[in-house]
Amino acid sequence: MQLSGGEILIQFLKDEGVEFVFGYPGGAVLHIYDALFRQEDVKHILVRHEQGATHAADGYARATGKPGVVLVTSGPGATNAVTGIATAHLDSIPMVVITGQVSTPLIGSDAFQEVDAIGITRPCVKHNFLVKDVKDLATTLKKAFYVATTGRPGPVVVDIPKDVTDPGIKIEYEYPQTVAMRSYHPTVKGHPGQVKKAAELILSARRPMIYSGGGVVLSRASAELTDFVRQLGYPITSTLMGLGAYPSTDQKFLGMLGMHGTYEANMGMHECDVLIAVGARFDDRVTGDTRKFCPNARIIHIDIDPSSISKNIRVDIPIVGDIKDVLNDITAAFKELKQKPDSEALASWWKQLERWRSKQCLKYDRNSDLIKPQYVIEKLYEVTKGEAFVTSDVGQHQMFAAQFYPFDKPNRWINSGGLGTMGFGLPAAIGVQLGHPGADVACVTGEASIQMCIQELSTALQYRTPVKVVNLNNRYMGMVRQWQEFFYDSRYSQSYMDTLPDFIKLAESYGHVGMRIEKPADVEAALREAFAMKDRTVFMDFITDRTENVYPMIVAGKGHNEMHLAPECLMDNPDDRELA
Amino acid sequence: MSMRHIISVLMENESGALSRVAGLFSARGYNIESLTVAPTEDGSLSRMTLVTQGSEEIVEQITKQLNKLVDVVKLADISDGTHIERELMLIKLRAQGDSARSEIKRMVDIFRARVIDVSDDTFTVELTGSGDKLDAFIKAVDTGFIMETVRSGATGISRGSKSLQV
Repeated sequence: MQLSGGEILIQFLKDEGVEFVFGYPGGAVLHIYDALFRQEDVKHILVRHEQGATHAADGYARATGKPGVVLVTSGPGATNAVTGIATAHLDSIPMVVITGQVSTPLIGSDAFQEVDAIGITRPCVKHNFLVKDVKDLATTLKKAFYVATTGRPGPVVVDIPKDVTDPGIKIEYEYPQTVAMRSYHPTVKGHPGQVKKAAELILSARRPMIYSGGGVVLSRASAELTDFVRQLGYPITSTLMGLGAYPSTDQKFLGMLGMHGTYEANMGMHECDVLIAVGARFDDRVTGDTRKFCPNARIIHIDIDPSSISKNIRVDIPIVGDIKDVLNDITAAFKELKQKPDSEALASWWKQLERWRSKQCLKYDRNSDLIKPQYVIEKLYEVTKGEAFVTSDVGQHQMFAAQFYPFDKPNRWINSGGLGTMGFGLPAAIGVQLGHPGADVACVTGEASIQMCIQELSTALQYRTPVKVVNLNNRYMGMVRQWQEFFYDSRYSQSYMDTLPDFIKLAESYGHVGMRIEKPADVEAALREAFAMKDRTVFMDFITDRTENVYPMIVAGKGHNEMHLAPECLMDNPDDRELA
Repeated sequence: MSMRHIISVLMENESGALSRVAGLFSARGYNIESLTVAPTEDGSLSRMTLVTQGSEEIVEQITKQLNKLVDVVKLADISDGTHIERELMLIKLRAQGDSARSEIKRMVDIFRARVIDVSDDTFTVELTGSGDKLDAFIKAVDTGFIMETVRSGATGISRGSKSLQV
């Protein structure tokens, strides 16, 4: 088949099974957009800002497990995409971002809309490619998808100069079925010796703790993890990124750990004697002060990325490999060992964990006249029967969603955990909805975050993605305000959101339904009404308590056993005051 | 304990490969003492020699992060075992008058260096050896003589039959 570069790109995407391309046209990609126009298999989603394209592709990838694909022009198109690329990079999301580039003879001449996209994106991609010859286009694209989706996934940028897509130059195209890269071979299979050592240590634990992360979701190892936990009867906690990989409503699940984790999860971490880290990377928001981290534990760490191992915390038994394979191997190794877990020790460990759980660390004031953000999330959970895909932006609302919406399935909780990108939620929700057309999709956000990519409300109308925006409006950048209250003597420097738009009118002007909810009694009815509108995007503006804080909290320099607890919690347990 | 390590890297000989390594070091705050790179007998591969300082944990991370770069085919910390290290220095010395010229010539002989260019008032000297030896030569010649020095940075290879190859 004789095709031009632009046609090769589109034909390749079709052959690769790509359903959606999220993008925005411009000069350097016009040949590609022309090729896109002349076919119907690959659907283009026109966003309103390139950042939105990357987040939407990212949300699609997180919810479906398929790589997200982005197409933007050179210069500002590429730079606008950088925030979204970095977001995907820190959360290891498979994404292929195609950036247009000025024609090869112009590269380096400061041409119109020229930036060094390869140089700018280098530190925030898994890998990037500059295609200088149309003959290399198909094989390079194949490599890009291969690198993005295998091993520890991540975003890959392919920078394509305009002359490479010239419609006047046609070459023979054939879809490259295979890919050969001598320098890239991710380790999938765990080392058998390490697996055996890990199995022995796991079975000898008296106070075990399983700490799972986003790697479990990425490896689609939810079923394996669930089996693993159930056969052992061990307690499990999860990072923000791992929520849903193990059913949150299960009794073995202790809730999220870390800075805003539960009392039982964090205390369990501090007191455990064997820690089994599965697809988690010991992020600073999880560990607190690393010198105080799990002081009594021997640590097993399963991760596909060797560089994650012993990066922040020294571990005793590292296993490099795919979570799914390694968990299966460990389970198989259990069968060969005569040892059984010490049921007596485990029973007394569970007794202790239940004592910590009984503190009910997520308690909040339920008698308030003001809408509590936690209450909105609880009702959202009820109304959607726990089945919704929930995206979030970044801040207090993100933590409330993580704490109060117990996810029972993976790929349902979509948030920017690593980079913490405000503006992520709405475009991500659009991407999620495109991947799951019939599903309930909620974007939990705040009045500050939502305004960072608010323009995508227009995209939501164009593609009829009926996402439900749950705006927890406290007129503050809530998390900034909380830190200022705790650590800056309540000097609320620039964290008050003055002159907010009327979100109802705003939603309506974008062609959507707007609602304002001001009383706790109206919360549930509003949510029911919104989710009953199956074909409409609804913007719910919940006017919430302005000064609610996220608890528990581990502040900088503190260990897992040094949490700040909510006032409601302390009132019931005066003995615990010293903890605060 | 911070130690000096020599890391040899085989990587794809592609534009931008070097900047990935340099970028990795600056982004993660690792220090580079020296870095040399050139194609190998296989033109599609470059061999890089990187000298860095760091504790065992840091050097472990450096090698893992380097390995993670998609362009890196293989690497070895050659300072883990016995190895040979060489650096090339070209040094231009002011050589005016017989006494200065014979003084420099004597130094060149002692260090088993070579004079590779001569003009009426300069000698250019080539010297190969460990970094220490090059330092010693610089120290030994009168600083007043030195007009220009250029050093390649260390390159190295492991001893015996061990080899870094694809």
